[in-house]
Amino acid sequence: MIPELGHVALIAGLLLSFALATLPIAGSYTARPLWMAAGRPLAFGVFAFVLIAFACLTIAFVQSDFTVDYVAQNSNRILPVYYKITAVWGGHEGSILLWLLMQAGWAAAVAMFGRQLPPELSARVLSVLGMVLIGFFLFILLTSNPFDRTLPFPPVEGSDLNPLLQDPGMIFHPPLLYMGYVGFSVVFAFAIAALLGGHLDAVWARWARPWTGVAWAFLTLGIALGSWWAYYELGWGGWWFWDPVENASLMPWLVGTALMHSLAVTEKRGLFKSWTILLAIFTFSLSLLGTFLVRSGVITSVHAFATDPQRGSFILAFLAVVIGSSLLLFALRAPTVSARSVFSFRSLETFLLGNNILLILIMAMVLTGTLYPLLADALNWGKISVGAPFFNLFFVPLMVVLCLLLGMGIHANWKSSRWDKLLGAWRLPFLTALAVALLWPLAFDHYHWGAVLGIFIGIWVMAASVTDIAVKTRNAKSFIVGLKRQRASYYGMHLAHIGLAVTVLGVVLSTVYSVEKDLRMGAGDSYQVAGYDFKFDGVRLVQGPNYHAFEGILQLSRDGELLGELLPQKRNYFSGGNPMTEAAIDTGLLRDIHVALGEPMERTNPSGDWAVRLQYKAYVVWIWLGALLMAIGGGIAVADKRYRKATAARSVESAQVPGTLAAV
Amino acid sequence: MTMHPVRRQRLILVLVLVTLSSAAVGFVTFAMRENMDYFYAPSAFAAGEVPVEKRIRAGGCVVPGSLQRADKNLEVQFVITDGEAELTVAFDKILPDLFAEGEAAVITGRLMPNGILRADQVLAKHDETYTPPEVAESMVSHKSCAGGAKI
Amino acid sequence: MSRLKLFLPLFIFIALALLFWRGLFLEPQEMPSALLNKPVPAFSLPKVADNHQIVRKEDLPREPHLLNVWATWCIACRVEHPYLNALAERGVPIVGVNLKDDEKAALAWLEKFHNPYRFSLADREGRLSLDLGVFGAPETFLVDAGGTIRCKHVGIVDDKVWQTKLQPLYEKLTTQRWEEFADDLSDSLLSRCQ
Repeated sequence: MIPELGHVALIAGLLLSFALATLPIAGSYTARPLWMAAGRPLAFGVFAFVLIAFACLTIAFVQSDFTVDYVAQNSNRILPVYYKITAVWGGHEGSILLWLLMQAGWAAAVAMFGRQLPPELSARVLSVLGMVLIGFFLFILLTSNPFDRTLPFPPVEGSDLNPLLQDPGMIFHPPLLYMGYVGFSVVFAFAIAALLGGHLDAVWARWARPWTGVAWAFLTLGIALGSWWAYYELGWGGWWFWDPVENASLMPWLVGTALMHSLAVTEKRGLFKSWTILLAIFTFSLSLLGTFLVRSGVITSVHAFATDPQRGSFILAFLAVVIGSSLLLFALRAPTVSARSVFSFRSLETFLLGNNILLILIMAMVLTGTLYPLLADALNWGKISVGAPFFNLFFVPLMVVLCLLLGMGIHANWKSSRWDKLLGAWRLPFLTALAVALLWPLAFDHYHWGAVLGIFIGIWVMAASVTDIAVKTRNAKSFIVGLKRQRASYYGMHLAHIGLAVTVLGVVLSTVYSVEKDLRMGAGDSYQVAGYDFKFDGVRLVQGPNYHAFEGILQLSRDGELLGELLPQKRNYFSGGNPMTEAAIDTGLLRDIHVALGEPMERTNPSGDWAVRLQYKAYVVWIWLGALLMAIGGGIAVADKRYRKATAARSVESAQVPGTLAAV
Repeated sequence: MTMHPVRRQRLILVLVLVTLSSAAVGFVTFAMRENMDYFYAPSAFAAGEVPVEKRIRAGGCVVPGSLQRADKNLEVQFVITDGEAELTVAFDKILPDLFAEGEAAVITGRLMPNGILRADQVLAKHDETYTPPEVAESMVSHKSCAGGAKI
Repeated sequence: MSRLKLFLPLFIFIALALLFWRGLFLEPQEMPSALLNKPVPAFSLPKVADNHQIVRKEDLPREPHLLNVWATWCIACRVEHPYLNALAERGVPIVGVNLKDDEKAALAWLEKFHNPYRFSLADREGRLSLDLGVFGAPETFLVDAGGTIRCKHVGIVDDKVWQTKLQPLYEKLTTQRWEEFADDLSDSLLSRCQ
């Protein structure tokens, strides 16, 4: 009965979202306040119904109701209860339901926190979100219903949740990622509403900014968690593979980052208006595109979902409607919102423009690399894959330029800055970064010029932020008073930039100074990697709740002092399927020791020699630590008081001179 | 000649954009040419179509019984087939969890002058019903490694 | 001109969408069995145990049974074999199709690993397998009492596959005719049978 209730709730939600998509927007054009006001309760209603559906599916999982096909496919009785709950989004249908839940949640959040919006804007934003909701409701109901029954022949036992997903990291990774993807739909809706209204001012930008920031922070966390999960769960110590699925999450992040910066210009200076709109459309489009690529089977990937041409066609049609119509609207309406103005080349605007161009360029390269195999296949150029070297080749230099610009631009003023002031501001961070970059590699066993460059970039960004804070607090009575004078968004920005620097340092140092050894080890063998001694004490059999495993025992020591025991596993889940490698990791701030168990040299003799991978990963945690700082920075920026103030519309005066900078 | 400041700014901007994008296009073309990994089936190796010492990909079904390990280290050799020709692959790292004889494997590596493919990376995926599309397409006589040998 | 420029993103997107549309149909990843709900094709093949005894389609069991394609060169078949033994012990009739195999090797295999088959057909040239649309081994067909194929599984049959896919249909077929319950079957089950 409960699954049927969930199904009915979905249908009810669909009906309500039809109302949400039409009523408020119609009201906004016919000046009917009542219709416009209906948006808020309708959004809450849709959310409530999706929540009911989600709860129903969760109950089905907890009760191991294998009459529900999706439950039977993704769970079984011996699965620990917390994994039964996370199995709700462990497969395609459930993850779409989770997506829908978040989509409805964001719409409800807009309804809740958007009370001070002008009623027309609020009505249109909610209606656009309603249209997006219709698409996802139809998708789930027509192609991916999680409540389909297996009746009249329910299986006695379910299959299993994919063992790769039986992991704490996986509990949070998809929700965070989807929060980010879906969150960009809000700024998208704001952009469409602005196009419809032909009106875009500083107030609009002030409203759109926090929503973008929150979505961006979630997406940052989601990507970082996914990378961390790959690092310890896929077993072999890699943290980024340039896999299509990873690229699909990176592209909206890159454009979302550009959008945040362009929104800042739109808010403060009333410039880049149509560009901001276009970026908002792009960001959400790329989020949808990611879903399409992952779920349609168009591109083969290691983490692809079970693919289905019917689903692929649906998402493609949905993409065509959403993106096609918004780009058409953009082409027709953009001139009504654009503004023209001049700024000096030594201004913050120029640096932010540079930031935008670079980020879009990086995104375009990632998109090219991801889609090229598909294009080559479609044109019969042969089966081609674009490997990590291609991505690294452009990503690294472009990131270097981006970071250099960041450290320079942060000291620039709006409109125009004086050369001598800029040069003066750059001197100290430059010298600091240079000194640290030249000295730091001495702490490692070999000197590496790539590391020098990478460290310089990281410290340059960090020092630029610190210098700026020091300058801004210089004239206050005390340092603390000076600190208090700055807005939350100011600190959020600097924290995010410092986070970027930390990630850069982590990437550079772990890439250059990590050591990896694949070895054949028998009981009693010892090996030294990067000054650490590993003694292999053989393998024993251990039993888990739903698996048994071979567990390798390694003593880790350094200079004769025992540091601990590492226990990597090779698991076999009772539900069958492939063996799983569980790495053992000794995490530290300055280095990780990562040990993974390969296979026995003779399959029939597990007490003989084993293949073992020993890794010393320098500063690898910094990669995710930096991402965490970025996300916290994004969160702090959103807490800025000015976003919450009910300000009267203050439109930015646009200069009278013609020009098309804003339409770039 | 004086130019309107907005127009001047616009001109410079257009120039910068044109320079940047043509640089980008050139760069991508170069990078693509250098870093694309072409896929070859074992029969292409037999026919001598595969360049030596260049990074390429190959794939096929691992021939049952062909896996040979060295006594002292991780060095391993195995043979892959597309149902028509066979190709020997050498590898010195840990084989992936899903690697098995009779299953599909995709190898990235370089062909050595002695005709052996030196692998940098071995990917395997042996969901019973799944065979990498490239492998399936290159198989001469059948479309799946399920079972592992030729019909 | 400047208005036209605004359409550029739209044009780029349309080009991309066309590419995706093409990509969607580029690799039909599953190949549905042409034979689902069609009778087993006619054949006339010797038994593995006895070369002189010719078996025809009419000799297939007059009850629901499994038709399992196997071979000694097939590693996955070795993995599957113990489970087939268990099914045979539970009384599920299984007929083997020994695909392109060596007679002696096949006999030795059956002796060594136990024989779960009512009998095995020696399909040395792979003609029956070709008619069945088999691309490899192991593959298993569920055939009803009237000799019509009702479900197909590519790959190893294990507990999971049996319980979630084959057993429900098998048990129904032992008591009912296909037409009597086919309409009640869930789409997801049927789509997996192809």
